[in-house]
Amino acid sequence: MVPPQGALAPAIKPDIDIARLDRSLADEVMVRSGTNLKACYQCRACGNGCPFVQAMDYTPNQVLRLLQFGLREQALTCQTIWVCVGCHTCSSQCPMGIDLAAVMDTLRLLAVEEGVAIGRPNILDFHEEVLRSLEKYGRAHKLGIMLRHKLATKSWFQDLDVGLKMLAKRKLDLWPSKVQDIKEINDLFTCYWRKAL
Amino acid sequence: MSNLMDFSYFPGCSLATTAAESNLSMMKSSRILGFNLIELKDWNCCGSSSAGTLCKNLALAMATRNLSLAPPGRPLVAMCPRCLHYLRSAQNCLRNDAETRSKLEEQFNRPLNPDLEIVHFMEVLVRYGLDRLHDKARRSLKGLRFVPYYGCTLARPPRLAREKYFQGEMENILVALGAEPVTTALSNRCCGSFLSATDPQMVTPLVNKIIESAVAARADCLVTACAMCQLNLEIRGTTSNRLPVFHFSEVLALALGAEDYEAWFVRHIVDPRPLVEKLAKAA
Repeated sequence: MVPPQGALAPAIKPDIDIARLDRSLADEVMVRSGTNLKACYQCRACGNGCPFVQAMDYTPNQVLRLLQFGLREQALTCQTIWVCVGCHTCSSQCPMGIDLAAVMDTLRLLAVEEGVAIGRPNILDFHEEVLRSLEKYGRAHKLGIMLRHKLATKSWFQDLDVGLKMLAKRKLDLWPSKVQDIKEINDLFTCYWRKAL
Repeated sequence: MSNLMDFSYFPGCSLATTAAESNLSMMKSSRILGFNLIELKDWNCCGSSSAGTLCKNLALAMATRNLSLAPPGRPLVAMCPRCLHYLRSAQNCLRNDAETRSKLEEQFNRPLNPDLEIVHFMEVLVRYGLDRLHDKARRSLKGLRFVPYYGCTLARPPRLAREKYFQGEMENILVALGAEPVTTALSNRCCGSFLSATDPQMVTPLVNKIIESAVAARADCLVTACAMCQLNLEIRGTTSNRLPVFHFSEVLALALGAEDYEAWFVRHIVDPRPLVEKLAKAA
């Protein structure tokens, strides 16, 4: 499969300033993700197998390259890390056994922790809506999540037909299914970003 | 000794709501086979990808609360591959990190058993025995050409590589019940997961490719191991030739002779009833 032009030639080429490279970045991500990303020799098996590569600004191997080069900002602000759903196709295809999905996982956490500009804000918004639902009910209330997500991203009409079809099939419950001991759930929500939610 | 057919059961948010038909058919199958699935009392969401994305501690704590609710002496069964994955990841973590384990035990004021066995429902069936399962078949699946659609989570995450491997179990079980697997379609291609909610235009081509591969392989239907895959394949497909997409438990319950399938199939977007009638006629 030929990766799309956009993936091979990002609109904004990283401006590499050797004096500003973050040399500890690769090590930091390696420790947190528990995978040896320095073993990557750019064979592109990950990018060729990824079902979502068309929607990414960097292919997964290019993200590893950003890390190896110490391009912190580019790595944490790219869209690729948010488009990745963790299907592990890349991880299972990598000849060097690099768990790329774990790398993407780590980069998303770093991006949230450091408060950088998010590559795909709509996807972060969705995760936040899910967590709001979990904090409130202890379980995911899909109708509530979708309504709030559509409101936040101003995409009311994008999925109206599918939403109505799901309602008609009673696949979207109007009322949430709830955990009884909700205090025990609330006590788990102590993360630093909680106020931002 | 506790009954070998007793299991703790973790439904998860999908099976409790959107995919209630999967839950119903699984419970039906369990009753027929004599499994006693006891729902975890006051379970909560496993944390899902969203907790994992925003805070690892929260993800671990949410999954662990469920583990702390599991009584000793019987395995914990899950049907949703993602739930299974997050519960097992948490269990892995607790097993290797005694300090975190005792901290969480204190927080929930309940003991955590690091040896609690966490299995997928398919594994329960395989342990029950394919021969015994074959003997229990009451409705013929003869001639049903199905694509076993595992999606991405059941067998793949490398963090759990040393754990039980589920690839192939769906074929083994449904072949024992008379169906015919089609293995040349995209059985493990990702369905798009939560991108279906945030970027549907990205997911539709992926889903169409999966369904087209099944049509090209002359399959009658797809059978999914995952409730979210089932939903995505149904709501995001736009191909002219649509195939019914069953939850694995629905086909199982059909084969075991369940008669109350109407309640499950009205919840499908692609109506599987014509296919079920065709099977009945062929038998």
